[in-house]
Amino acid sequence: MGTAAIEVRGLWKIFGPKADRIIGSPDAELEPAQLRAKTGCTAAVRDVSFEVRPGEVFVVMGLSGSGKSTLVRCLTRLIEPTAGELRIDGQDVRAMSAKQLRELRRHRVSMVFQHFGLLPHRKVVDNIAYGLEIQGVGKAERHEKARRILSLVGLEGHEDSYPEQLSGGMQQRVGLARALAVDPEVLLFDEPFSALDPLIRRDMQAEVIRLHREVGKTMVFITHDLSEALKLGERIAIMRAGAIVQVGTPEELVGAPADEYVADFVRDVPRAQVLSLRWISRAPEPGEPLDGPELPAGTVIHDAVPAAMASDRPIRVVADGELVGVVSRVDILGAVRPETERVVVTAPAETAEARTRGGAAVASAGASGEA
Amino acid sequence: MVSAPVQAAPPVQAPARARRLPRWVVPVAGVVAGVALYVLFRGRAVLPHDDDATLFHWLNDARDWVDANRNSNPIFLYVVNYLRLGASEVFALIQGALVALGWPGLVGLAAGLGWLAGGWRIAVVSLVGFAGLGVLGFWEASVETLALTLSAVVLSLLFGIPLGIWAGRSPRVRRIVTPVLDVMQIMPTFSYLSPMVLLFLIGSASSTIATMIYAMPPAIRITALAIERVSGVTVEASESLGATGWQTLRKVRLPLALNTIMLGVNQTIAAALSMVPLTALIAAPGLGEDLLRALARVNVGAALVPGVAIVLIAIVLDRMTRAAAQRRDGGSRARAVRWGGFAVLTAAGLALTPVLAQEFPEQWQVQVIRPINDVADWIEAHWYTFTGFLNDTVAYGFLNPLQDLLTSAPWWLVTAAVLVFAWRVSGPAAGLVAAVCLLGVAALGLWEHGMETLTMVLVGSVITIAAGLALGVAAARSRWFAAVLRPLLDAAQTMPSFSYLLPAVALFGNGRFTAIMAAFIYAVPVVARVVEDGLRAVPGTVMEAARSTGSTDRQLLWKVQLPMARGSLLLAANQGIVMTLAMVVIGALVGAGALGYDVVAGFAQQEDYGKGLAAGVALVLLGVMLDRITQGANGRRSPHKKRNA
Repeated sequence: MGTAAIEVRGLWKIFGPKADRIIGSPDAELEPAQLRAKTGCTAAVRDVSFEVRPGEVFVVMGLSGSGKSTLVRCLTRLIEPTAGELRIDGQDVRAMSAKQLRELRRHRVSMVFQHFGLLPHRKVVDNIAYGLEIQGVGKAERHEKARRILSLVGLEGHEDSYPEQLSGGMQQRVGLARALAVDPEVLLFDEPFSALDPLIRRDMQAEVIRLHREVGKTMVFITHDLSEALKLGERIAIMRAGAIVQVGTPEELVGAPADEYVADFVRDVPRAQVLSLRWISRAPEPGEPLDGPELPAGTVIHDAVPAAMASDRPIRVVADGELVGVVSRVDILGAVRPETERVVVTAPAETAEARTRGGAAVASAGASGEA
Repeated sequence: MVSAPVQAAPPVQAPARARRLPRWVVPVAGVVAGVALYVLFRGRAVLPHDDDATLFHWLNDARDWVDANRNSNPIFLYVVNYLRLGASEVFALIQGALVALGWPGLVGLAAGLGWLAGGWRIAVVSLVGFAGLGVLGFWEASVETLALTLSAVVLSLLFGIPLGIWAGRSPRVRRIVTPVLDVMQIMPTFSYLSPMVLLFLIGSASSTIATMIYAMPPAIRITALAIERVSGVTVEASESLGATGWQTLRKVRLPLALNTIMLGVNQTIAAALSMVPLTALIAAPGLGEDLLRALARVNVGAALVPGVAIVLIAIVLDRMTRAAAQRRDGGSRARAVRWGGFAVLTAAGLALTPVLAQEFPEQWQVQVIRPINDVADWIEAHWYTFTGFLNDTVAYGFLNPLQDLLTSAPWWLVTAAVLVFAWRVSGPAAGLVAAVCLLGVAALGLWEHGMETLTMVLVGSVITIAAGLALGVAAARSRWFAAVLRPLLDAAQTMPSFSYLLPAVALFGNGRFTAIMAAFIYAVPVVARVVEDGLRAVPGTVMEAARSTGSTDRQLLWKVQLPMARGSLLLAANQGIVMTLAMVVIGALVGAGALGYDVVAGFAQQEDYGKGLAAGVALVLLGVMLDRITQGANGRRSPHKKRNA
C-alpha cells in the first residue's frame, strides 16, 4: 500500500447543492442524467479507485464529460473532492491544511494544462520561473534554473519571447517547462496536446516519452485520444460517466475489454500492433511440425511477421524457456486482418499471472467493472 | 389591417389559436380607453405646481436644523465634518502641488506623462492641449478644475478599484453592488448636488465628494469586469503551483486586468470632467464658474472659451489614459527610452518655470471671446429664419401639445398609462416600479414640473433614437460611412456632457429646444454606436446563409439583422432616453426650466432649497422610471425564446 505514488480510494465529486448528502444514499447509484434530473446535482467523479506506482505513466482516458479533468483536479484539490480517500506518497491529501496543500502543489505535484494557462504579460523565462517565484526563490537562482529547464524541453533561444510570439506547440513546451521547473515528484497532464495540430501533437508525445525516460517522474496523463493513451500509458484507466470502467495495460484493454463500452473504444485499434503472440498462441495440432522459428511470448504480433514470412513452419511461442504454444501464418493473418466482427479473445491464464508477478495491482474499479 | 386567415387545412393547434384575438386588438382598445378617459376627465385631478408645498417647507426646516446643529451633533462632528475636511485637504494638496509646478512645469509634466503613456504623439497632444489652456486665458481656472477633477478621480479610484476587485471575486458582493451602480448611473448629475450641500456645505469639498460619487461607478464596474474576465486557466495554473490567493491576485489577476482597469480610469476621468464644471453651482472654483456666469448672461463667446478649455483637459486626459490602457511592455531598452523621455520633458518644464514665471504670460494669450460673439451674432441675424423655424416647429408642433396633454390629464390616468405601457414592454415588475416612481413625483409636489421635464425627454428621445438608428444602420451597412463616423463619435464621447449645450446655445439661443438639441448631440453618438455594434455582431454565418437564399439587402436588414440585434436596439433606446434626461436637466442652465431649474434655484435662493432637494429626488425617480420601462425589455428574453423555454 505504502509504495504507491498516488492512491485513490472511493473518490467522489458531485457538483451542486448539498452534494455530500447524496453519497451513501440510494441516489448515488443513479446514472448522472437521472441524478441531475432528480437532485439538480452533477456527479462528475463516481466512486473512483486506482493506484499509480512511482515512476509510472498512468493514463486516464475518456470522452469529454466523462469526468477525467475533474478527477485530475481532485488530486491536488484544485477541485475539492466530495468524498473518498486520497494519498500522495502515503500522505493523506484530503486532511491537509491550506498551507500543507500549498506546499504539496509548490514542491511535489505540478500540472500541465490543455490551454497552457501561461501569463501573457511575462517572458517565457519568467513564465517558467513562476512556480519558483511564488516559492520565494531569488531572481538570479530561478532564472538560472529556468534556463536549464528551457534547454531540456528544447526552447533554447526563446527565453525572452512572450508567449503570444510562440506557436501552440512551443507554448505547451513552456507549460511543460513550468511544471518541471519546480522539480516535482508527480506531473499531472490535463489533455495537454488536444489543442495542438496532429503533427505537433506527435512531436510532443515523443517529447513526453523522452522526458519520462530522462527524468523518470510519476505521470498522470489525461486524454480523450485512444492512440495517445496507447502510446504513452503503461496502464490506462477508461472512464465513463464519472466511473472507471477498466484499468489495464494497453494489451489487456485491447485483448480483453471489460465490457461493450471498452470493446467499442478499442474496436479500431490495429490489434496486431498492440497484442503479443501470447494472445493468439494455441496448442499445436496433431501432426503440426514443431521445428519453426522460436519467439518469446511477449513479442508484438506485428513484429512476428518477418519470422512468419521467412519460414512456412508455425512459430514456436516460448515463455521462460518453455513452449507455451504455436502460431501459424494463418493465425497471424487473422490478427492483422481488420476486424469486421468482434472476436472475443479470452485472456490466457498466464496474462493474469504476469500481471501479479509484475507487481501491477489491478485497481478494484477495474475488477468491479468486469463484474 | 389583418385579412381573415384563409385556412384550407388548419394546423393542429388551430382551435386554440382561433379563439385568441388578433394581436393588435388589446393595444388599440387600451389606447381608445385612454383617450376616452382623457376626454371625460380632462382638467380634473390635475396637480398644478405650488411653490409653497408643505414638503418643501419641511425640507427647508430640516436644512435649518442641520445648519444649526452642524457643530454639535455627534454624527456631523465626528463623521461628516471629517469627511469634508479630508476632501478639502486632498483638494488643497493637489491644487497646491499643481500650482507649485508653475505653468511651464505642469505643461512639461503633462508632456512627460503623455510620452510615458503613448510616445511622442500623446506627448504633443498633452503639450499643445495644456499650453492651450493658458493661450485661451484661463490658466488659473483650468488648474483649479484640473485639481478638483484629479482629487475626485484619486478618491474614486482609491475606493472604486478595491471595491471592484472584491466585486469581481465575489458573486455575492457583485449582486449587491450592481443594482446600486445601476441606479447611480441613471441619476442625473444635478440630483447629487443638493444632498451634498446639506451634508458638506458649498465649496470645493462638496464638489469633490459629489464628483467622486458620480465618477466611481465606472471604476468599480470595469475593475470588477476586468478581474472577472481574467482567464480561469491561468488562475488555475497559478493555484496548481501553490500560489496563495494574494500571490495570484498580485502576479496574475491584476497584471492581466491592468489594461482594462486603465479603461476604467479613463471612464472615471470622463465622468468626473462631466460633473466638475457643474459643481460651480455649489460654489466650486474653476472653469465652471466662468462658464455658468456666461451662460446666465447668454454670452456665447464667454461661455464657449472656458468650455473649450474643459474639452482640452478632457481630450488630454482621455488620450493619455487610453494610450496607457493599450500600452504593451517592451524590452528593457524601450523602458529606458520611455522613462528617460518622461524625465527629460518634466525636467525641462520645471527648469523653465523660474525663467517664464508662474503666471501664464499675458502677451501669449489670445482674445477670442469677441470674435466668437461676432460669429454668434451673425448666425442669429442671418440664420434666424431657419433656426427660428426649427425651434417653433418643435415647440408648437410637439412640445406644447404633449405638455398640455400630460399636465391636463388626471394624474391617475397618466400613472395608469405608464403602468400599462411598462407592463406590456417590460413585464409586471418594471410596470410597478415605474408607476410607483411616478406616484413619488406626485407625492413630492412636483407633478407639473415633472410632466414638463418628461415632455422634453420624450420629444428629445424620439428625435435622438430615430437619428441614432438611421446613423447606426447606415454605418453598419457601409464601410466608408462607418470609417467617417467612427472618429466623430469617438471624439463626441470624450466631451464632458455640458459642453454640448454651447453649440446649441450659439445656434438656438435660450430655451427648451436648445436643451433638446444639446441632448440630441449628446446622445446620438452613443445610440448610433450601440446600434452599429449590435448589427455588426450578427454572426457572419447567419448573414451568409440568408444571402445564399437570395435575400435582398433590405430583406437582410429587416428580417435578419434588426431582429437579431433586438437586445442592442433596446439598449440603444434605453441609453438614448437616460442620456436625454441627463441633458434636458442640465438644460435648465440655458432656460429649459422644469425640474432642472428647481434644482438650480435651490442653490441660488435660501427659501427654495427644499424645492430643489425635492426636485433632485424627483429627477432620480423619473430616471429610474424611464430606465425600468426600457431596460426591462432588454432583460426580457424575446418571445420566441420564451416559448421554447
